[in-house]
Amino acid sequence: MSEPILATRNLRKSFGALTATDDVSIDLYAGEIHAIIGPNGAGKSTLIAQICGGLRPDAGSVHLLGREVTQDSTQARARAGLGRTFQISALAMEDSVLENVVLGALGASGNPWRFWSRALSDASLTAKAEAALERVGLIEHRHTRCAELSHGQRRQLEVAVALTLTPKAFVMDEPMAGLGAEGSKLLTAFLDQLRAEAPILLVEHDMDAVFALADRISVLVYGQVIATGTVDEIRQSHAVREAYLGEEA
Amino acid sequence: MIPERLVNWIVFAGLLAVPLWAIVVDEPFTITLVTRAVILAIAAVGLNIALGIGGLVSLGHAVFFGLGGYAMGILAYHAQTYTSLDLFGLSLAGTKSMPIIWLVAVVMSALAAWIIGLLSLRTSGVYFIMITLAFGQMFYYFAISWSTYGGEDGLSIYVRNGFPGLNTLVPIQFFGLCFALLCIVLFLNARLQNAPFGLALNAARQVPTRVETVGLNPMRLKLVAFVISGAITGLAGALFADLNRFVSPTMFSWQLSGELIVLIIIGGVGRLYGPVVGACLFVALEHWLGALTEFWHVYLGLILLAIVLFARGGIIGLLTGKEGAHV
Repeated sequence: MSEPILATRNLRKSFGALTATDDVSIDLYAGEIHAIIGPNGAGKSTLIAQICGGLRPDAGSVHLLGREVTQDSTQARARAGLGRTFQISALAMEDSVLENVVLGALGASGNPWRFWSRALSDASLTAKAEAALERVGLIEHRHTRCAELSHGQRRQLEVAVALTLTPKAFVMDEPMAGLGAEGSKLLTAFLDQLRAEAPILLVEHDMDAVFALADRISVLVYGQVIATGTVDEIRQSHAVREAYLGEEA
Repeated sequence: MIPERLVNWIVFAGLLAVPLWAIVVDEPFTITLVTRAVILAIAAVGLNIALGIGGLVSLGHAVFFGLGGYAMGILAYHAQTYTSLDLFGLSLAGTKSMPIIWLVAVVMSALAAWIIGLLSLRTSGVYFIMITLAFGQMFYYFAISWSTYGGEDGLSIYVRNGFPGLNTLVPIQFFGLCFALLCIVLFLNARLQNAPFGLALNAARQVPTRVETVGLNPMRLKLVAFVISGAITGLAGALFADLNRFVSPTMFSWQLSGELIVLIIIGGVGRLYGPVVGACLFVALEHWLGALTEFWHVYLGLILLAIVLFARGGIIGLLTGKEGAHV
C-alpha cells in the first residue's frame, strides 16, 4: 500500500492516572474514509486534539504527507494541509456566513496582513468562499448572520470553512451530531463524494453514517484501538461486539 | 432604528458644529472642552481596536497615553530649557514641533505595546487584565519617582508646541488639528476593520480555535492590533499633554485606563463611533455634572450600569439596534 496521507504512531496521552490514548496507531490513505468509533470517554476527542495540534502527546508521533508534525502548532498543521471540523461548531457567530468562509480562504492565502483593502471586495477570497458555500448548499444564506443559522446549517458551514483550505486530509469530529435524518443523509452523500478529493478521518456516533461511508473503521475503547478493519470485519469482530456494539448488534 | 451611518454623520457634524458655534458666541472654553473630548475619543478609538475588534480588555492603556504625554513633555521641556536630552550616549535637542513629537509618541507607544503585548498575550481573560494593569502601575510609579521630569508634580510646558502654518494657541486652530487627527484615525480604523486583517482579528476574538485551524496565528493578530492600538492611544496622549500644557504621572494611572474602557462601553464596544460618543458624553458629564457635584462619577456609574444591563451595544447600539461586540 502507498504511503498514508495522515498517520499516528503509538500516540500516548495521560491525564494523571487516566490514559486517554494508549499506543494509538492509525493510518489514513488517499481516497478513503477511516472512521473512529468508540463509546463516550474512549479517547476520541483526545486523539483528534493530538492529531490537530491542540494537545501534545506524551509519546508517539503524528505524520502528515510523510512528514512528522508532532511538534508543529495547530496553524502549521492547517497550513500543511489538515482540514478540521469541530464537534461543537466553532464559528464566528457575530459574523455573516460569507465572512466565516472568507476567513478560511484568508487562511488558505496565508496573508492576513492586509490593512487597507476590503476583505469582502477581494475577488480571490470571495470566489473561493462562495464556491465552498455553493458546494455545501449554503450560498443563499451567505449574508445571514451565523448566529441565525439552524444547527444543521452550522454543521454545513463548518464543512464549507474546511473546504476553502483545500486540505490534503480532513479530520471531522462528529459532523452528523444533532442533524436530523434528512440532514444526515445529505451530509453522508456529500462526504461520500468528498473522499475522492481528500481522505477523511471521521469520528462519528451515527452508526448508520459510519457503516454507509467508512472504508475502514478503528474501534477505540479505553484509549486503545481494539480493532481496525472494513465494515464487515468490524461488524463480525467478537471483541468489538463485546466492548462496544453490544452483543445484540 | 436609525442607520448607523446616519448616527455617525450626526455625531461628526455635531463635533464640528459645537466649536464653530462657540466661536460665534465667543465661548473659547467650549472649544477647549470639545477638543478634550476629541482627544479622549482618539485614545478610545485606539483602545477600541484592541478591545472591540480584538477582544483584549487592556487595563493598561494609560501606559501608552502616558508615554505619549511624556514624549511631548520631555521633548518640550528640553526645548524650553535649552538643555540637551542625553540618551544612550547621544546628545539630542528638544523640540517644540508637534509632528516630531507625535512621531516620537507613536513610535515609543508602539514599541512599548509590542513588548507589553508579547508578554501579556501569553495569558487571556482576567490574567491579561491583571498583567496589563501591572504594567500600568509600573509606569505610574516609575513616573512618580522620575525626579528629572517633575516626579509626582509632573512637568509644566509654558507654551503650546507648534505646527507649521498654524497658531496652535488659538483654541479653534488646535481643535482643528485634533479633529483632523481624529478623522484620520477613524478612517484608518474603518479601513482596518473591514480589511482581511480586521476580519481575521474579529474572528480571533470570537473563536481563536477556528482561526488556528485555518492556519492563522490568533496571538500574532492580536499582538499587531495591540501595537496599532497602543500607537494611536500614544498619539492621543501627546495631544492631551499639549492641550493641558502639562504632563503628570496621573496620565499613567489605572483610573485613566478604566475611564477609556468605560467610555467605549457607554458609546458602543467595537462600533466605529462608539468611542467618540462615549468621549463626548464623558466630557459633557464631567463638565456639567462636575460643576454641580464633585461626586459626578456616581451618575456616570449609574449610566454605565444602565448601559451594561439594558443596552449592551452602548448608545450607538441603542440608536441603531446593533449589538456591541462580545468581549
